[in-house]
Amino acid sequence: MRQITSANIFPRRDLLKAGGALLVGVAIGKRARAQEPDGVALVLGPDQPDQKSLDTWIAIHADNTATVFVGFVELGQGCSTALLQLAAEELDLDMAQVKTIRLESHTMPNQGGTVASASIQRGGPRIRSAAAEARQALLRMASDKLNTPVERLTVAKGVVSVMGEPQKSVTYGALVGGKPFHLPFTGKAPLKSFRDYKIVGTRVPRKDIPEKAAGKYVHMQHVRVPGMLHGRVVRPRGQGAYGSGAKVLSVDESSIADISGARVIRKRDFVGVVAPNEWDAVRAARQLKVTWDQPPVLPGTEGMHQQMRASKTIDRIVLNNGDVAAGFSGAAHVVTQTYQGPFQVHAPFGPNCALAEVQADTALVMCSTQNVYDARRKVAQVVGMPVEKITIRYYEGSGTYGRSCYDDAAQAAAILSQAAGKPVRVQFMRWDEHGWGNFGPAHLADVRIACDASGKLVAYEYHGWQNNWSTVETSQQLALGTPAGESTGSVSQEVSPFNLGAMYLIPNMQLVNHRVDGVPTSFKTSNLRSPLDLSFSFASEQTIDEVALLAGLDPYEFRKRNIKERWLGVLEAVAQAAQWTPRKGQRPNSKVVTGRGIALGTHTSSWAAAVAEIEVDRETGKIIVKHIYGAIDAGQTVNPAFVENQISGMLVQAVSRTLKEEVTFNKTNVTSLDWHSYPILRFEECPDVTPIVVQRMDQPSGGAGEEVLGPATAAIANALFDATGVRLREYPLTPARVLAVLQRR
Amino acid sequence: MANPVQIRVNDRSVRVNSAPDTPLLYVLANELQLNGPRFGCGLAQCGSCSVLVDGVETRSCVTPLSKIGNKSVTTLEGLPAWYARQHNLAHTPALTPVQQAFIDEQAIQCGYCYNGMTVKANELLSKTPQPSAKQIRTAMNGHLCRCGTYPRVIKAIQRAAKKQGERA
Repeated sequence: MRQITSANIFPRRDLLKAGGALLVGVAIGKRARAQEPDGVALVLGPDQPDQKSLDTWIAIHADNTATVFVGFVELGQGCSTALLQLAAEELDLDMAQVKTIRLESHTMPNQGGTVASASIQRGGPRIRSAAAEARQALLRMASDKLNTPVERLTVAKGVVSVMGEPQKSVTYGALVGGKPFHLPFTGKAPLKSFRDYKIVGTRVPRKDIPEKAAGKYVHMQHVRVPGMLHGRVVRPRGQGAYGSGAKVLSVDESSIADISGARVIRKRDFVGVVAPNEWDAVRAARQLKVTWDQPPVLPGTEGMHQQMRASKTIDRIVLNNGDVAAGFSGAAHVVTQTYQGPFQVHAPFGPNCALAEVQADTALVMCSTQNVYDARRKVAQVVGMPVEKITIRYYEGSGTYGRSCYDDAAQAAAILSQAAGKPVRVQFMRWDEHGWGNFGPAHLADVRIACDASGKLVAYEYHGWQNNWSTVETSQQLALGTPAGESTGSVSQEVSPFNLGAMYLIPNMQLVNHRVDGVPTSFKTSNLRSPLDLSFSFASEQTIDEVALLAGLDPYEFRKRNIKERWLGVLEAVAQAAQWTPRKGQRPNSKVVTGRGIALGTHTSSWAAAVAEIEVDRETGKIIVKHIYGAIDAGQTVNPAFVENQISGMLVQAVSRTLKEEVTFNKTNVTSLDWHSYPILRFEECPDVTPIVVQRMDQPSGGAGEEVLGPATAAIANALFDATGVRLREYPLTPARVLAVLQRR
Repeated sequence: MANPVQIRVNDRSVRVNSAPDTPLLYVLANELQLNGPRFGCGLAQCGSCSVLVDGVETRSCVTPLSKIGNKSVTTLEGLPAWYARQHNLAHTPALTPVQQAFIDEQAIQCGYCYNGMTVKANELLSKTPQPSAKQIRTAMNGHLCRCGTYPRVIKAIQRAAKKQGERA
């Protein structure tokens, strides 16, 4: 029954012997140059593989298989399989002949974080290009071997043969197997035309699913090493203001004296426990008496948006087209509204886990980060070593949907291991993950939209308030006293020129961002799946519906008249799937009423639309989403089945976040600490879903893991109006809020 | 270290050393190194730690070792054998029909909740071989999925029920 063996603990050693030949094709050592080859800022540093070497990307083994080195992590979205589809296609290999290996710093190419649903969009071109270049090199070798010009060679399943003379052939494996290419990667090899694709665009099954179904997949939470201790962090139940951190007033170590083997580890305000036995660590963390300084500086859930509006902000005009004031003054119909969105938490289903082995001058940390090179930097800071002494090895955790506590857990494990002098496995408890998450920011919006008498949009103005993402993880803040800080970045952190009004032809537009300082009286935040878009769409697409109503137009018809470019394809696809028809006649006066809503939206790339069909119980205020449809045009969709699965997941998660999810807090700390105090959607509340992929093989690929969330949220809100004739300006659309607005009527 | 006790896990009698108040989850994960049941909340709220105890889905994160006694514990690893016994099969399949259906429907995303989904769905089909969609939703309601794969879980259970029905 001992199924976790050392092979499970250090699988890399076996994986490296891929195909029986020790894999040596990784070019390390050259200093990374300051470059942004994939259009994203990279965390640079020494000891990263040389991106200009072909061996950094691809190795061919003697058994005629290939390993593709991918700098992105599998998060359950299927990107590890989809990127292999790209490589197999360009290499002319079967899917069974390609694989990738566990992502690790030092050995895997730095392609930036696995963020913004952009693995295919951003990383795909490089993988493709490297595969095409490897194929070119292999064909040159085959040409020499077979004494035939390259033009007369053809490849299938890694077997190169002479056209018309299939007996004259040689395999990739025989040409280069087990040895490096020793070639530069120029990125200049021509790529196949999409018309010749055999693998890209097809529904290849995901490589990780069989092991996950069998229970043999190694999630981070399953990793153990001999001689390790179990660690837990000890923090107040629920974070307070980001800037306050959690100051220790006193620790009573005698309070866990009865738990033999458990030991308190403290570094400034960082408190943790370690024990050889996991249950002892859990009990000790729960039982340890710590007195914390918890200043009552939070506004409380009810006062939050008011405080955001009143706070001193850094303002920025993100977009300014035409003359907004003139546009409004000449308009036939104008709607002005204020909308509010909550803090929400990633809450991975299995709280984050990390295992660190910190030695005198090196450290290995196994964790579920979305960016091994960024995690390396963060771990180096807390253990006080140069980055090149730190190795980060990625294990998939449970779905994270953005920067949950994974780097916090990695830092905590490293701090505890360094102090204990042994490997330490840290598993966050449910209240740690819920209570100390880097929340998706709350949002406040003032939106004003106008159209002319014919129903043409003429002016659009959006003001948004929220705080930027945190830059310091809690473990570091507490252990080193590093001051809380927020990113100065903009994309995904401020009002979005991609998702706000961008789908419409509007001559006069202004987007203004009001950046709130979250440090003194708010929470640490980060990218929660489709950052801010749920709030943006909730505000903007409801206002669009209101303008449509004033213009006397059906919401679908109104959008169609004002829409631009590829938005029309997704709008029509979703309307057709849902058999959209304009509402006719009076709303019935029954206890349960039904409604439908439609909306458009995206994150930063791709085009998405949604239709929601809901039921509202007017006596209880409860909304049930019966059926929800989501369409996406992500350009060339490498694997439509994966994108359909992503759309389904986005639709269900959107229903959950729109109807139920809200971080709650009082003056001192967060009070939503588990699945009861922070409920998410359940089976009995789950709608039927219809995912629609608008395939465009001739267009570049865009993201496909976030874009449907915003329109789905807005479609539900619009459906509430369609059903009841009232609108909610704040989500989640809880029964209490629905009842209140129905009664005010 | 506590006195060792014998418990029955996946049809084998095993000796474990954990203290009697230790939740079964930690015994299974650490002493027996089983990967099926996994920590999700420690509060019996989510279902990721589920096992069968005498055929009944049970949250191992809040079930102390002392409560197990002579009862038979089945984890994800032991489900195919449990299924074979339920259906008087001569051989234990590699996967239960529910697991195969999760693959066929490509239902899984991160997969963390699928231990609980698999255990609960097998329990359901053992009691109600041909459940309606409503019965599936009711039975599965205590199992959460953060990736939003519920619709595919429902479809997969229906597929597995159909497969099992054909075999019967």
